Amino acid sequence: MGKIEWAMWANEQALASGLILLTGGIVGVAGQFRGWQFAAYAVAAGVFVCLLEYPRSKRSKGTSVERSGQYCFTVCVKAFGPLTRNYYVRAFLHAAICVPGGFMLATVLGCVCLGIASLIYLVAAIRGEHWEPILPRKEVRKPITESIKNPPQNPPPRPPAEIRRKRVDDLEGAAYDNPISVTDNE
Amino acid sequence: EINCVVWMGINIFLFVWFYFFYDLGDQFFYTRHLLGSALAWARAPAAVLNFNCLLILLPVCRNLLSLLRGSFVCCGRTMRKQLDKNLSFHKLVAYMIGLMTAVHMIAHLLNVEWYNNSRQGIYDKLSTALSNLEDSGNNTYLNPIRKTDIQIPTYFVFTTIAGLTGVIITLALILIITSSMEVIRRSYFEVFWYTHHLFVIFFAGLVFHGAGRIVRSQTKTDPPHNFTLCKDRSDEWGRIPECPIPQFAGGFPQTWMWVIGPMILYLCERLLRFIRYMQAVRYRKIVMRPSKVLELQLVKNGFKMEVGQYVFLNCPAISQLEWHPFTMTSAPEEDFFSIHIRSAGDWTDKLIDIVQHLPEGAQGPKMGVDGPFGTASEDVFDYEVSMLVGAGIGVTPFASILKSIWYKFKDSNPKLRTRKIYFYWLCRETHAFEWFADLLQVLEKEMEERGMADFLTYKLYLTKWDQSHATHVRVHSDEDTDVVTGLKQKTYYGRPAWDKEFEQVRKENPTSVVGTFLCGPEALGTVLEKKCVKYSDVDPRKTKFYFNKENF
Repeated sequence: MGKIEWAMWANEQALASGLILLTGGIVGVAGQFRGWQFAAYAVAAGVFVCLLEYPRSKRSKGTSVERSGQYCFTVCVKAFGPLTRNYYVRAFLHAAICVPGGFMLATVLGCVCLGIASLIYLVAAIRGEHWEPILPRKEVRKPITESIKNPPQNPPPRPPAEIRRKRVDDLEGAAYDNPISVTDNE
Repeated sequence: EINCVVWMGINIFLFVWFYFFYDLGDQFFYTRHLLGSALAWARAPAAVLNFNCLLILLPVCRNLLSLLRGSFVCCGRTMRKQLDKNLSFHKLVAYMIGLMTAVHMIAHLLNVEWYNNSRQGIYDKLSTALSNLEDSGNNTYLNPIRKTDIQIPTYFVFTTIAGLTGVIITLALILIITSSMEVIRRSYFEVFWYTHHLFVIFFAGLVFHGAGRIVRSQTKTDPPHNFTLCKDRSDEWGRIPECPIPQFAGGFPQTWMWVIGPMILYLCERLLRFIRYMQAVRYRKIVMRPSKVLELQLVKNGFKMEVGQYVFLNCPAISQLEWHPFTMTSAPEEDFFSIHIRSAGDWTDKLIDIVQHLPEGAQGPKMGVDGPFGTASEDVFDYEVSMLVGAGIGVTPFASILKSIWYKFKDSNPKLRTRKIYFYWLCRETHAFEWFADLLQVLEKEMEERGMADFLTYKLYLTKWDQSHATHVRVHSDEDTDVVTGLKQKTYYGRPAWDKEFEQVRKENPTSVVGTFLCGPEALGTVLEKKCVKYSDVDPRKTKFYFNKENF
C-alpha cells in the first residue's frame, strides 16, 4: 500500500481550490456582483494558489510523477526555501488566504475547498512531510573500469615517415632494418 | 466506440432541448425577465446532470453487468480491457458531471445575485413588481428571495434546501474528484476508496436538491393573465379584468425519478458482493510454481464457471478494501477452480509471502471470491480445427480452454467438434509461465498415450532473445526435448511468419473450417484477421478461416 503521503492529496485539493476560487472570482467580477472586490481578490488569490501548488513534490517513497511543464514552477517555488518547503507554513497560508473568500457567495466554495486543503496540509505537516522539488537527475559518469589497463603512452617504435614512404623507383634502397627483430609466430 | 457517440448525442439533445424549453417557454416569461438567459443556462446542465447521475452508478455494478449482457470472454488482456472500458466510461461520465456542475453553479450564482438585486428594487418597475409578489392569501410569489432586510445572497443560499444541498454535494463531488486523481488512486488506495463513499452524501443531497421548488413558472389563472398585454401595466395588476395578479408555482422535483433506479441497483450490487464475500472458500491445494507464481486451487459451494472467465479476490489479511481480478486457469470439468498469481505488486507479493510462511497442509488466509465474470463463448468448441493464439499474459485463459477441450474429448462430449488444435504461444520470455509449459507437457504426454499425438500442435515463439540464448540453443540442438521448455516441440525465436503458418494449416486441413482465436494485442488481431481472409478459399469444399474477433 505504501505509506500515505497526505501532502499528495492536499496538493490536488489545493490546486482544485485555486481553480475554483479563480472561477468564482471571475464570475463575481464579470457579473459585477455586490462585493465584487472580494471577487477580484479571489482572482488574485486563486492564481497565486495555483502557481504555488502546480509543481508536485517529490515523493519520499516511490516514483514521483511530474505535472507537464512543472519544472519552471518548481524552480520558482524552490527559491523560497523553507517557506515553501514546510507544510505548516502552507497550511496556515491557505487558511489565511481562504478567509476573504467566505464573504461572497461566488467565492464561498473556493474558500471551503481551500480550507479543507489547509487541514490536509496540517495533517501532512504533523506527520513530518515536507516539500521536495523534483529535479532532473544529474547524469553520473560511470568511473572508468579497471579492465582498461593503462594505455601505452608512446607510439610503437618505427622509423620516420620519410623512410617509411614507399620508394617505388628504388626498391633496393627502400628496404630497411627493423629496429626490433621480427620473428615468426611459431 | 458507438456507446460514446450515443451518449454524447443524448447529452447534447438534453442540453439543447431543456435550454430552449426554459428560454422560449411562455410560462417562464416573467422568470426570464428577472434572470435572463441564466435561467436556461442553469436548467439545461441540470437535465444533463440528471442523465449522467443515472449513468454513473451503472458501470460499477459488475455483478449486474455480468448477469445482463453477454459480455466478452475475458482473458488476461481483454479482461483488463473490459474492466478498463467500464471504468473509462465511469470516469467519462464523472467528468461530464463535473463540467455540468460548474456551468450549473455559475448560472445559479448569477441567478441568485439578480434575484437579490430584483428584490432590492434595483431594476425596472416590472422586476420590482414581480419580486414583490407575495406568498400570502391567494397569491404566490415568483422571486424566491422573500426577505428584503438581509441582502446577502450567501444567506439565501444557506437557508434554502436547494442552496444548502447544492453546496454540500458540490463539495462532496470536489473531494471525490481530487482523491480520484491517478496519483492518489494508485498510491493511496484507502484515501481514494473511503473518500469516494462521499457519493452517498452526493446522491442523498441530489435527491432533495429540488424539493424547495424554487424554479417557478407562471400558472394558468382564471381569467388568464396575458403577459404581452400586462407586462407594462404592473401597477394595475389585480385591478383590471384583463390582468389579474399572475400566479406562480415551483417545478415538481424530478431528479429522484432519474436516480432512484440505479441507486437501488447499486445497493443490490454491494449486497451481493458482501454475500459472496461471506461465503466460505476452502483451499484444496496451494502450490508454489517456478518464478514466484502461486497456484491456488479453491472450492466454493455452488460455484460454477465457464472457460476463460475471471474472478475477483479479496484477502482481508492483506487489505480489507481491495478486490483484484484474476483469470481462472482451471477447466469447468474440474471440481475446483484455480488461479495462477504472479508477483505483480504489493498485494500479490504479500499474498505470496503469507502463503510461503504457512505450515505444510494448512489452509490459506481467508479469501473472499466474487464472480465468475465474463460469459464464455462456446464457439471455441465448435470448430473442427482451431488456431489458438496466446500472446504474453494472454496465454492464461488458454490453460482453461485447452484443459476443457481435452476433458471434453476424453468424455466424448458431443459439444466438442474440435479434432485438431494449433496453439501458438508468443511471449518475450517464459519467465513466470513455466507452469503453462508444464501443462502443455502433461497434455502432450496424455495425448501420446492415447495415440493422439497429432491432436495438439503447439509452437512457442520467444520474441526476446539474445546471443547467449542462441548459442545455448545451438549447443543443445541435437537433444530430443527443447532446451528452454523441456517440451518435445521445439521453441522458435522471433515472431511467427503467419503466412507460413496459415499455409501449413491449410495444407494439413484441406477441407475444414478453421476457427482462429486470439488473446493478445489488437495489432496482432488485425494481422490474423487479414490472414484469415487471405487464406480462406471461396470454394466451400476447401479450407475456410474464421477470425473470432469478439471473443478473446
